[in-house]
Amino acid sequence: MEIFLNSEVIGHIGSFVITNTLVASTLVMLFLMFVAWRIHATGYDLKNRFYNFVEMIVEGFLSIIESVVGRGAVARQAFGVIVTFFFFVILNNWFGIFPGMGSIGLKEVHEGKEVFVPLLRSANSDLNMTLAIAIVSVIFIQAISIRTVGLAPYLQKFFNFKSPILFFVGLLEIISEVVKIFSFSFRLFGNIFAGDVLLIVIFSLVPFIAPIPFMGIELFAGFIQALIFSMLTLVFINVSVSHGEAH
Amino acid sequence: MSKEIAIAIIMAAAAIGPGLAIGWIASVAMTSIGRNPEAAGKIQGNMILGLAFAEAIAIYALVVSLVLKFV
Repeated sequence: MEIFLNSEVIGHIGSFVITNTLVASTLVMLFLMFVAWRIHATGYDLKNRFYNFVEMIVEGFLSIIESVVGRGAVARQAFGVIVTFFFFVILNNWFGIFPGMGSIGLKEVHEGKEVFVPLLRSANSDLNMTLAIAIVSVIFIQAISIRTVGLAPYLQKFFNFKSPILFFVGLLEIISEVVKIFSFSFRLFGNIFAGDVLLIVIFSLVPFIAPIPFMGIELFAGFIQALIFSMLTLVFINVSVSHGEAH
Repeated sequence: MSKEIAIAIIMAAAAIGPGLAIGWIASVAMTSIGRNPEAAGKIQGNMILGLAFAEAIAIYALVVSLVLKFV
């Protein structure tokens, strides 16, 4: 039973490396694009039952977002990215416990030893993936704060020359933004990778009946991590925007 | 041999703090829901957020032990 921290390479396009997590996340991305196309193809017609269902979901999410940041421009601007994060992360996590994930693969020879290389792997069990969405999330927080509060007042939060203490507080704010990147990425990576390892161990010990509660835990943890990622981004946006207004 | 001991101690020690923190957060949330049942939805939502922060600390230690074990 081999478990690797890095995602395994299954091919190359020129010098671009293709890993199994890249394939998995691309499949999820194609599925989301397919759903978006189907929604667009309804023509936004309220008599269409599918479109009605979609509007119900959108209204539900908008009310949750408005309960955190209040009604207004920020809620509408943040809506797209927050809900995209939620659906992308949750579909990646749930796709990772599909049958066939991690079990269908190739036997390759690495350094003289025969190694099993799975063709698909849960996308968020790769630190590259979670680091990427964490960076996007933190950059989005900065962008929406600058748009709402203004560039000069927002930069004053970080570079405050009125007194030595406020200057130090500004430095701490910068450090806190960098720490957010690490915290987002490691929280998601740790949860999903540890879940993967747990499932591999359980399946190699008792393949029948016993893994069922662990699959349930994985399902729940995937949903919670997606919710946490998007809600935390939203809360940080709220703190960032109202901090700027108060000063 | 000492690497395995280190991995085990890291995870065991890291389970203490977040365990206490999660129990404390949930207990205070229960108390305030009991005191004010109408605000149950809001309290629950914020409790989940707090739980995620507390759990993340244990996950950081888990990542360290996983890196030690598999790299």
